[in-house]
Amino acid sequence: MTALYKHPEFRLGARDMMVVAPGMAAWGLMTGVAMIKSGLSLVEVLMMGLLVFAGSSQLAALPLIIAGAPMWVVLATALCVNLRFMVFSVHLRSYVMHQPFWRRLVSGYFTTDPTYVQFTKRFPHPADDAAGRRAEAAYLAGNSALGWANWMLASLLGMALANAIPVRWGLGFAGILALLGILSSLATTRLRVLAAAVAGSVAVVTFALPLKLNIIVAIVLAVAVCLLLEKPFLEAHARKANTPKKNSHEPSD
Amino acid sequence: MNPATDLWTVVTIVGMALLTIVTRCFFFLSSHPWPMPAWLQRGLHYAPIAALAAVIVPEMVMTQGHFISTWQDARLFAVAAGVAWYYWQRGMLGTIIVGMAVYLPLHVGLGW
Repeated sequence: MTALYKHPEFRLGARDMMVVAPGMAAWGLMTGVAMIKSGLSLVEVLMMGLLVFAGSSQLAALPLIIAGAPMWVVLATALCVNLRFMVFSVHLRSYVMHQPFWRRLVSGYFTTDPTYVQFTKRFPHPADDAAGRRAEAAYLAGNSALGWANWMLASLLGMALANAIPVRWGLGFAGILALLGILSSLATTRLRVLAAAVAGSVAVVTFALPLKLNIIVAIVLAVAVCLLLEKPFLEAHARKANTPKKNSHEPSD
Repeated sequence: MNPATDLWTVVTIVGMALLTIVTRCFFFLSSHPWPMPAWLQRGLHYAPIAALAAVIVPEMVMTQGHFISTWQDARLFAVAAGVAWYYWQRGMLGTIIVGMAVYLPLHVGLGW
């Protein structure tokens, strides 16, 4: 078995991550700044930065830890912020189940939001042969390796320069713009645009829910609405197009 | 001065790291066969874009838990510019750069 990094898909995965890396780096940078400024000790900040590897859960937990909230509250919050990863893992299951246990854990741990989205965009359907699986593994490795290194370097830089980077500039917004770019690239069908609209609105309306539960509520509702509308929508579409061929309109891609 | 390291905080942080692993790997921890119903398989095609929207939209239109009450918010203009750039040039890097080029002057300069 030759090394994955020699596979052409490794470079492709890294290249896809490269175009959003500056935005993710700005976000990582500001997460590093926020961790230092929160008042955690350097050891705590380094551990959180290097091990937790989930920006949104880190930012949600920081104020709670500092306020002296009970551990279960901090962990429950981190869990709820992370619930969307469980949805990702349902999706990725058929791509990784052929791997041994430890390998699956590694694949999962390094799959952040941009990696999950770009991976499932590159491979809409799981491969069923060895060559295809290898291509998937190589892409995932290249994409997540660059994503991890980029995030960690930016995070460490943010910790080092915490007092030199003004928080009020709001540089972290570049991370939101990076995810916005990925979102735009996914908005290829009307049902997907609808999914984004439903999820975005629900996340705002239910923002007051505790433990950031608004995110998972928004995802589940958006998926449910799209599933319900899929059939009538496609039928109407087919009637309008007035053609018996259905190859041009895959339900969800 | 660097604050002292607290054991409970360290334990909490390790717990958070475990949660990252458990949630990201949740449905492939067990290798028990689990045929996915067809509707779920179809539904999951909407999950990536829904997850992104759920994460970023509140960050664009809310301030401290409340829907913004003014149009003088740098984020709105940055998002509009970023999306416009994406549909013009199809470039994600450009989306970030153009968005920040609009955001920073408005936010830092005008305080929007």
